Order: sequence, then C-alpha cells, then structure tokens
Amino acid sequence: MFVSTLSGLYMAEDLNWAVGGEAGDGINSTGKIFAQALARAGRHVFTSKDFASRIRGGYTAYKVRTSVDKVQSVVDRLDILVALTERTVEENLDELHDGSVVIYDNERTEFSDFEAPEGVTGVPVPLKELAEEAGGAIMRNVVALGAVCGACDFPIENLDEALEKNFGSKGEAIVENNREAARKGAEYVSEEHGDLETLQSYEVETTDSDYVLLNGDEAIGMGAIAAGCRFYSGYPITPATDVMEYLKGRIEQYGGHVVQAEDELSAINMALGAARAGARSMTATSGPGIDLMAETFGLVATSETPLVITNVMRSGPSTGMPTKQEQGDLNAMLYGGHGEIPRFVLAPTTIDECFWKAVEAFNLAEKYQTPVYLTADLSLAVTEQTFSPDTFDMDEVEVDRGKIVDEDEIESWQDEKGRFQPHFPTADGVSPRALPGTDGGVHMSTGLEHNALGRRTEDTDVRVEQVDKRNRKIETAREEEDWSPMEYGEADADTLVISWGSNEGAMIEALDYMESDVRFISVPYIFPRPDLTEAVEEAENVIVVECNANGQFADLIEQDTLTRVQRVNKYNGIRYKADELADEIDAALSNEVQA
Amino acid sequence: MSSDVRFTDFKSDKQPTWCPGCGDFGTMNGMMKALAETGNTPKDTFVVAGIGCSGKIGTYMRSYALHGVHGRALPVGAGAKLANPDLEVMVAGGDGDGYSIGAGHFMHAVRRNVDMTYVVMDNRIYGLTKGQFSPTSREDFETSTSPEGPKQEPVNPLALALAANGGFIAQSFSSDALRHQEIIEEAIEYDGFSLVNTFSPCVTFNDVDTYDYFRDSLVDLGDDEEYDPTDKEQAKDKILDSEKEYMGVLYRDDEKNSYEQSHGVEGNMADIPDGAPEDAMDLVREFY
Repeated sequence: MFVSTLSGLYMAEDLNWAVGGEAGDGINSTGKIFAQALARAGRHVFTSKDFASRIRGGYTAYKVRTSVDKVQSVVDRLDILVALTERTVEENLDELHDGSVVIYDNERTEFSDFEAPEGVTGVPVPLKELAEEAGGAIMRNVVALGAVCGACDFPIENLDEALEKNFGSKGEAIVENNREAARKGAEYVSEEHGDLETLQSYEVETTDSDYVLLNGDEAIGMGAIAAGCRFYSGYPITPATDVMEYLKGRIEQYGGHVVQAEDELSAINMALGAARAGARSMTATSGPGIDLMAETFGLVATSETPLVITNVMRSGPSTGMPTKQEQGDLNAMLYGGHGEIPRFVLAPTTIDECFWKAVEAFNLAEKYQTPVYLTADLSLAVTEQTFSPDTFDMDEVEVDRGKIVDEDEIESWQDEKGRFQPHFPTADGVSPRALPGTDGGVHMSTGLEHNALGRRTEDTDVRVEQVDKRNRKIETAREEEDWSPMEYGEADADTLVISWGSNEGAMIEALDYMESDVRFISVPYIFPRPDLTEAVEEAENVIVVECNANGQFADLIEQDTLTRVQRVNKYNGIRYKADELADEIDAALSNEVQA
Repeated sequence: MSSDVRFTDFKSDKQPTWCPGCGDFGTMNGMMKALAETGNTPKDTFVVAGIGCSGKIGTYMRSYALHGVHGRALPVGAGAKLANPDLEVMVAGGDGDGYSIGAGHFMHAVRRNVDMTYVVMDNRIYGLTKGQFSPTSREDFETSTSPEGPKQEPVNPLALALAANGGFIAQSFSSDALRHQEIIEEAIEYDGFSLVNTFSPCVTFNDVDTYDYFRDSLVDLGDDEEYDPTDKEQAKDKILDSEKEYMGVLYRDDEKNSYEQSHGVEGNMADIPDGAPEDAMDLVREFY
C-alpha cells in the first residue's frame, strides 16, 4: 500500500484521487461512480466537490479520499488525477507531489505536447478513441475510470455495480457499453503502462465490508422520514435543494408530500400550516431564505408550533458565494427575528449525525412546541462519506410527540367554560396540544401576545406569564435533554480546541499531525449548548476553530466562560483540510508562546 | 344538510371589536352560516387569517384557527389542508393582506388549486392603520397617504384569478346576506381553490365605496338567466368590464382537478408510527 512521501508528516494509508474538467464534462457523476465503486469494494470514502478555481470559473472537480480505515477529511495532497483538460493540472499543481500520476487524453489537441510537472508521472490514454470503440465518445470519462482501475490494480468488476446504478435507467445495452469502455481503459493502462514503477505503488486493497455512501443533505432527508416528517415545503436554493430532491419521490411512499413553494415566505408558512394540522413538518433553505423566513419564525415560536427549519449554510452575506463553505449564519439562527424568540439550534458535526440530529430536531420541536433550527454547513451537506449501514439503525429511532392530548384527556385542559387552553402556563412551560379534528380542543393561536386561550391580550401580568412560560420550555429542555459535546484527543492536554459543525472531521485527523497534545471538544448544540467553563478554565490555551471571519462561536464561548480565547478562522469559501488545520493550530500556539 | 350543527356553533364568545356598522360582521356571519349549512363542524374546520381588521376573524369564529403574519394566510391554509385533507380550510383576509403584501401568494394559490375557500374582505382601504389607500382603492381616492388620490390603477383581483386559470371566481357583498351566504356555500363545495371577493364596506375610513355605492351599482349575475358561469368567454367579459361591477359566481370550472387529486394527497399526515416506518432500512440500502 501507498504511504505518502511528504516529509515530516504522518499520513494515513490513503489514496487521494480526483477527476477534473470543465463544468458540463460530467465530472460529478464520474467522481460519484468511482466513489461508489470504492465503497462497494469495502473501502472508506470521503468526497469533496468544493474545489475553488484558482484561475477562473467553469472549472470543476470531484475529489475522493479513500482508505481501508475511516476517512473524514480532505488533505492537501493528490495522488492520482484524471485531467480532462490541461487546466485541471494547473489548478492542482499545489497538491500534486513527487510520485503523483496524471491520466490524460494525449490525443486531445490541448494535450498533444503536454508535459507532466516534474516528479509527476503522465499516463496518456486515448480516452475518446477507446470510448468510440466501445460504442460512443460520450463514455470517455468511463474509459478514464477504467484506466484508474488499471493503474491501481483495482479490480474492474467493482465498477460494474456503480455503472449499473448510474446507467441502468438507460437500458442494459448502455450499461454493457459502459462496462466495455471501462475495460478498454483498464486494459490499455496494463498493456501500455504496466511497467511504470509509480503505478505499482498505488495498489488499492479491497475488503469484505459493506458501506453505504451518502451526503449530509441526504442524511437529513432520511432522518426526517425516519422521524415521521410527512410534510416538506421549500423553495430551491443552493446548497439546500438536495434535501428537497431527496424527499421528493421518497416521502410519498410513507404518506407524505413535498411542495415546491413560490418563495421562502410561502415555504415556511405552508410548513407551519401543516404543523398546525398535526404533521411533522419541515422546510430547508440557506442564508437568504433564513432572512426571508425570520418574521414567520417568530410566529412559529409565539403560536407554539413544532417546526424544523433546516439551514444548509453557504457563504454570505447577501448572495455571497452560493457554492462555497461558510459557518456565517450562527448569529442569524441564534438571534434572528425581532423580539426575543425561544428556539433550539442544532448543528450536527458529521454526516451520520445529520441523520440523528434530524430525528432529535423533530422530537425537540414537538416535545417543546418550539421551532428548531437544524443546520449543516455546505461541506457537510454536499460531501459524501461511507458508513456501515447499521450507523443508521432504524430500530433506534424514537418518536416522542410530546403533549398531544386526545378526546379523553381534553376536559382536564379546558377552562371553567369548557374552552381548551392551548397556552396554559404549566410548570414545565409545555402546554397541552390539541390537533384539529379533536373534539373539545377547538382553539385559535396567534402571533399576537395572547392568554392561555390563545386570545389577544395586552394585560401586563398575562404578558409576563406567557413570555416566562415560553422561555421555561427552554429551561426545561436544558435540564431534561442531553446537550453534551463530543470529546477527542488528550483529556489532560494544556491546549483545548473547540469547534462546531463540519470542522470535526478535519480536526480529528489534524490531531495526528500536530506537534503538541490537544484536547478537542466538538459541539453539536448551539442553543442550548453545553457549558464549557470547566474545560476552558483547565486549559492553558483555548482555540476556537470555525469557518467565518469574526468568530461567532468564539464570541459565545467567551460570553459563556468569561475567558478570552484564540480564534482560528477560515472564510475563503473552502473547508479546512486536516493537514492545513494542524498547521494553523500549531502556528496559533507558537504565536501565543511568543506573546 | 347537517341538522345538529347550527351557525352559532361557529361563533366564539368573544365580542367583535370591529367598528359598529363594519361590513366584516356580515361577511363573517355568512361564512359561519355557510359552514354550518354545508355540514361542517367547528372541530373539523381550520380558519386562517392574516393581519388587518379582517385578521381578527379567527378570534370571533369558533373553530381551529391560526392568526398568522401579514400576507401569508394562503400558504398556511394550503399546508393545513394538504397535511389533513379532511379539514375544511377557510382563509380570510383583507384586500391589503391578499392583494398587496400577499399578492405573490395569491396568484400561486390560485394556480396551485388546493381545495380551500378564500374570502377576501375587500373594503378598498387600510382600516386597522386608520385610513391609507389599498391596492383596490380608486385612482382618485384621497387618503392620508394619497392626498390627491393614489394615481395608480386599482387591482382587479378577479382578473388576476382568471389569468392564473382559477377554477372558482366569485364576488359577494356583505350586506346582501342571503346571496353572500349562498356564494360562500358554493365556494366551500367547490373541489379546488375558490376565491370569493367580498365587498365589506369600511364605515369609518371609506366614504366612497360605501354600502350605498355597492347596493346601487352591483349587478347580480344570479338574476341573469342567460349567464353561464362555466363559459369562460362570458366570464372574461364580465370580469374585464370596466363599466360595471358584478356579484355572484363569475366563473367555475368543474373539470379541473384539485392539487390533492393531481398529486394523490390523501390521509391525515398526523398519523405516524412511534418509531421509524417499518421498511425504513430500505432508505439506507439505497445508498449501497
């Protein structure tokens, strides 16, 4: 197996592969087919599509990191690159290293006098010609995948199932042609380049494990269905649209429905209407949509309606960089909307947790009749990762609908005139909930301040009683629910690193690269959130890592613990890579020492 | 139809705070009577109201109800209906709520065609904020924010609904109690989205579009034996007639499928198991 030759760094026994070209070259589907093939062959996979062009727009790439061990980050290293354009090589010069391989079509005009960078082995393959022999030039990307299999001694059969999955709907003949195209690529490399020493170092081991491959948006959608979400309304927006596309065609099989609304205002209001009718209901959007939904968010909380709002964060403000990573909406979710709005904010840190936090979000929403923000940053949402299928053990999914009352119990929640009291100020703050259709439960709810009956009031005592009652729900949840963070690294290390969202994977891998011992706390709850005072006080250096410019989570930690922290921030639109993050933290620590 | 539900069952014990003489009293009475007459019950009725004088209706009626934010009542109604198609969903709002701040939703609610009844209490003025011009105000109507009149065309809501291929387009007058109730009943029974634009005069801030004006000028299509509301050409002529205003069902399309029918939405989505659905592991296996 291959072990990187980069000096001074420990490396997992991993392979870093990418296919790149122009937008429209079918890069995503080509990359996905290879990722699926690796997963089927019992290898772990971590993909990324968030490549930024260093030159100009139009360039796109799909990167796959794979190992027999779990992989949860990208690194600054590329071992095998399928370059459909010469520019792809230029875009990746920083990541190519001594021993990298570039597979390219030497018959393409632009590659006719191509010379691989120094130390990099160029492997010319006549992709178009071989594709035509197999039945059509359109299959040249599949020839390239076959060539990769040949180069890494990765059994070509592993591609077959992925090809079937991707082309099956087009008929068996097309699938067969693609299989043939892949074989031609593999054979060509074995015959023409089999003696290349560099290729022999890239053998890709297979295992008997069975993995599923999915991204964070899909995990959220699957979690929603598992949790009983039956109504979804949304307005398409990058990068949250995948949630809607996942649900469409699936949720119906469980009695649900997806509505594509005319805008985000409509989306959240439809979801609210469905929730009032008793459905577990969700909308998903990104930053601009969160802004538009802010007014109704206050209504959801004031009318005490259970609702899950998924925010797949992208780079902002305004239109920002719609396809780039950022964790810039923390304050918007924590404070957004006028007035003081009780809420929950959950921020899963891994793709599998996107599933479980979605389940948790629906339970919190109904138990506390409070809106829940469920947020994944772009890197979690569009990244695919392998998991053992029992990571998503459906038997472990619990549905807690909270205080829904039926006709037998309803009388005890009526006032002396027999009127149901949907906002009765109970000790824990949670009132009984009667769904439409329930006899004796007829009531109105409103965004106006109201009394226990849901009727408008400006009575000063009732105002205070209702505000306190709604806030009390959050206090109850703080006591009753588990808001623990995850912990990694050395528990008694002097340095404490704290992060939220998708940085967890990169940070866990960074622990292996770093010079000093580190205690790492990864926080999946923004509000309520765990109290880290003790951990912060115990540490000599505290560093908060996040993908935004101002350190919004660092502000919260400082506020919670009354201690200054160091901030490591990235906001250029690209996620942290494990090795890069290790360097950043080491640098922050050495600055601290100098100061 | 139903013998044991009376319209007063739809009346809450809260006394309306509308100005004495407000058209909204008559509009609401007709809605309650029509709901009872069509066999609905308060427990299976969901009323959605927006913001404005009209928005108070959820308080004065007795049913399940949500009083929402300004202009978004229609999406709330659609969500409730799709989540539980057994509910009778009635959305009420004013001309500001429906044709100004919520105008975007109006067109889409019409073309989406979810089965619900939309009663717009059109008084051609902003009453709750004490007298500013509304999207249906006349071009020369002098108000605090239009001292020389708005100098812009009033909206023709019926024409908007027709342009969006609405299947049920009607207009009523709060003071003509019997006709108003009949029209709402027909709207409730229509299988799809129905618009009833109800002239509901504001006695405090509108001295132009008054009870007298509507009583004298409205032409009741119910009296016209020649008029066929299923004939779109006839409907178009009436709706676009700039000389006269009409009352009655101006257009109905009985061939149209409701959104629920087109999408196979049925069943109460509130009914879910207490864990993941039985075959949920299939969702995981898809990712192999």
